[in-house]
Amino acid sequence: MEVPDEIKKRLTLPFEEHFYAGHTACQGCGASLGLRYVLKAYGRKTIVVIPACCSTIIAGAWPYSTLDANLFHTAFETTGAVISGVEAALKARGIKVKGEDGVMVVGWAGDGGTADIGLQALSGFIERGHDAVYIMYDNEAYMNTGIQRSSSTPYGAWTTNTPGGKRHFLERRHKKKVIDIVIAHRIPYAATASDAYPEDFLRKLKKAQKTPGPSFIQLFAPCPTGWRSPTDKSIELARLAVQTAYFPLFEYENGRYRINMPSTKKDPKPIEEFLKLQGRFKYMTKEDVETLQSWVLAEWERLKKLAEVFG
Amino acid sequence: MTLETLFEQKNSARKISLKSVDEYPEAPVSLGTTLSNFTGDWRTFIPVIDDGKCVKCYICWKFCPEPAIYIREDGYVGIDYDYCKGCGICANECPTKAITMEKEEK
Amino acid sequence: MSGYEPIRKVISGNYAAAYAARDARVQVVAAYPITPQTSIIEKIAEFIANGEADIQYVPVESEHSAMAACIGASATGARAFTATSAQGLALMHEMLHWASGARLPIVMVDVNRAMAPPWSVWDDQTDSLAQRDTGWMQFYAENNQEVYDGVLMAFKVAEQVNLPAMVVESAFILSHTYDVVEMIPQKLVDEFLPPREPLYDLADFSRPFSVGALGTPDDYYEFRYKIARAMEDAVKVIRDVGKEFGERFGRDYGSMIELYRTEDADFVFLGLGSLMGTVKQAVDVLREEGYRVGAAKVRWFRPFPKRELYELAKTVDGIAVLDRNYSFGMEGILFTETKAALYGTDAHPLVRNYIVGLGGRDFTVKDIRNVASDMMKAMEGGETSEEILWYHLKRG
Repeated sequence: MEVPDEIKKRLTLPFEEHFYAGHTACQGCGASLGLRYVLKAYGRKTIVVIPACCSTIIAGAWPYSTLDANLFHTAFETTGAVISGVEAALKARGIKVKGEDGVMVVGWAGDGGTADIGLQALSGFIERGHDAVYIMYDNEAYMNTGIQRSSSTPYGAWTTNTPGGKRHFLERRHKKKVIDIVIAHRIPYAATASDAYPEDFLRKLKKAQKTPGPSFIQLFAPCPTGWRSPTDKSIELARLAVQTAYFPLFEYENGRYRINMPSTKKDPKPIEEFLKLQGRFKYMTKEDVETLQSWVLAEWERLKKLAEVFG
Repeated sequence: MTLETLFEQKNSARKISLKSVDEYPEAPVSLGTTLSNFTGDWRTFIPVIDDGKCVKCYICWKFCPEPAIYIREDGYVGIDYDYCKGCGICANECPTKAITMEKEEK
Repeated sequence: MSGYEPIRKVISGNYAAAYAARDARVQVVAAYPITPQTSIIEKIAEFIANGEADIQYVPVESEHSAMAACIGASATGARAFTATSAQGLALMHEMLHWASGARLPIVMVDVNRAMAPPWSVWDDQTDSLAQRDTGWMQFYAENNQEVYDGVLMAFKVAEQVNLPAMVVESAFILSHTYDVVEMIPQKLVDEFLPPREPLYDLADFSRPFSVGALGTPDDYYEFRYKIARAMEDAVKVIRDVGKEFGERFGRDYGSMIELYRTEDADFVFLGLGSLMGTVKQAVDVLREEGYRVGAAKVRWFRPFPKRELYELAKTVDGIAVLDRNYSFGMEGILFTETKAALYGTDAHPLVRNYIVGLGGRDFTVKDIRNVASDMMKAMEGGETSEEILWYHLKRG
């Protein structure tokens, strides 16, 4: 049984799989899909470092592994430091790192492990300039511990520690723009990406592979369990997040910004389209929605301005 | 990994259960893949493909988080029901509605 | 013993550690500044700058990251080294467990320093002894020579049993005090310490694997037993390596407890590290004064030398345990371990605890004489104060 080459050529993603089925991600998990894409881009010659997060579980309980690549599990806050050490060891041993034929060193961490507890190690990794790729898969809360808010949780969201209730105790802070902190390091390459646009994500992964020094990609990865959304809507939600400019796709490369999506020529879709498919936003009042909408648009204007001035 | 080796690996994937401490490796290094873990029984709804409507765009293959959708040698797609958890992303994304989610009788 | 020509230098304990790391051909160093450790890392940086060592140096942003980076490097097959002290060691604590759980033979020098508050930069063993249960081996150096020798031996032992090892030296008393150290020519070090053969290597992609995945109650237990057994196995490896070191270089470390004039002793002083240098000197003085005393220096605190301690305890009537550390709510840590090791055996010496020198307070020959007379009084059944003596306490 062989898939004909002409079909393989028509595929918009590499045919080869390096991510095994049988893993224990929830139905419709955006994180597992993202990891599948990463391994499609980089293949087996990859060292993946995963801290405490959903992917700790997704990657398989001992003695099994979901990855057709080497994987080191580490503590919550250490991704940036461990990939630094891995890269240093490869260099010490004279093994080529990054580039077309080099070993890829990848940190794969959630939003809590990146924006909160792992921020210091992330900063150290970028500032020191290690040849590795740090990917933050952003599902906007501490999903593995049971849906607690992180600094990457959006305004108005229900989580188990912002549960709504009589006092309307919801997340009242806007989503932290982690990538702005990353860019403050003047990193050689940073980008946002989305599960809904895997070709764009793989192009960015490839660019990260080719760019010497540290790279950072923030991947928007829907979580039906934590977002209280239907499992079949994960890709649709990821797409709407981009189309509403809630999570725009852009790149920062050598000091220059480039917006990929949505189009800067027309108005983004209203945020309600993104919100209404998710149970986590059902406690929001009309005013809450307006607050979030104006924040989204203000941030979108800011990004457009940056792309205009530093494009 | 090609499709062939994937199926080969699936068929040879075994549950590992160690009876003696001496069988354990010195460090907690993995010994096998998750392919021995059939997640198909998580399903409530099952995706059914109508080849007549399939336009071979492979969007379903692209977005399967398991992955449990494979490309057949005739160019149509197949679903490995041993792993498919029935999330329904494939049906939701299919541009020709060639995939429908049906309540699975167990 | 081979008739080699050592390289003699007058150096600090910290420089001895740095030279040993260089001579061990460490490949990755990740470290963060902290007094009184920092001159170890400064010296290593100097070696790199001068082309004397080929080391990937990762100037991390915290000790937690220092250990995490060493873990990443060691899992990728490199020989990894770091150094720290007190607060830094405490910050590393989580990752110390990680290093042993992932079975990585990282070697670290800890410069014993008192934990704050109040702030202190001076000698105290509580920082390292509080890491007792992390699965790290611990070697306590008495002098600068032992710092150098200890680092080389620690790598050899660690890489045989696949557990990390800590070499501990005293703040300032060793770290910043200059003494003659005999270093070993590189070729001979290389013969003693060949390149590492890792248990696994993240750069080997022939059969992809994961390390440290979720261990369910069905499997976790066995991996803990593996560590426990490796630690037990380390007892023999330590003695063999120490003996080999003696045969090659003339300084024998074949025993985990070093005995000094204990043959006919009525009682011995038992302790760790640089403290025991002073004790040995005091033993000479006390012997001249007619006391039949000896000194027993615990070189390796983990694994704990239970058997050697028992053999010693059978020959003496008393053991005065000198602890430059304290476990609040209990007693001196070495005191606890000593009694535990002897419990249920047929050795029943009187074991008393003296809490000395916390936070760098001077502990002199004169003090040791006072301890000796208190010990003699207790052994004769005379009137003595409490079992745990806060020796220096101002009671005026």
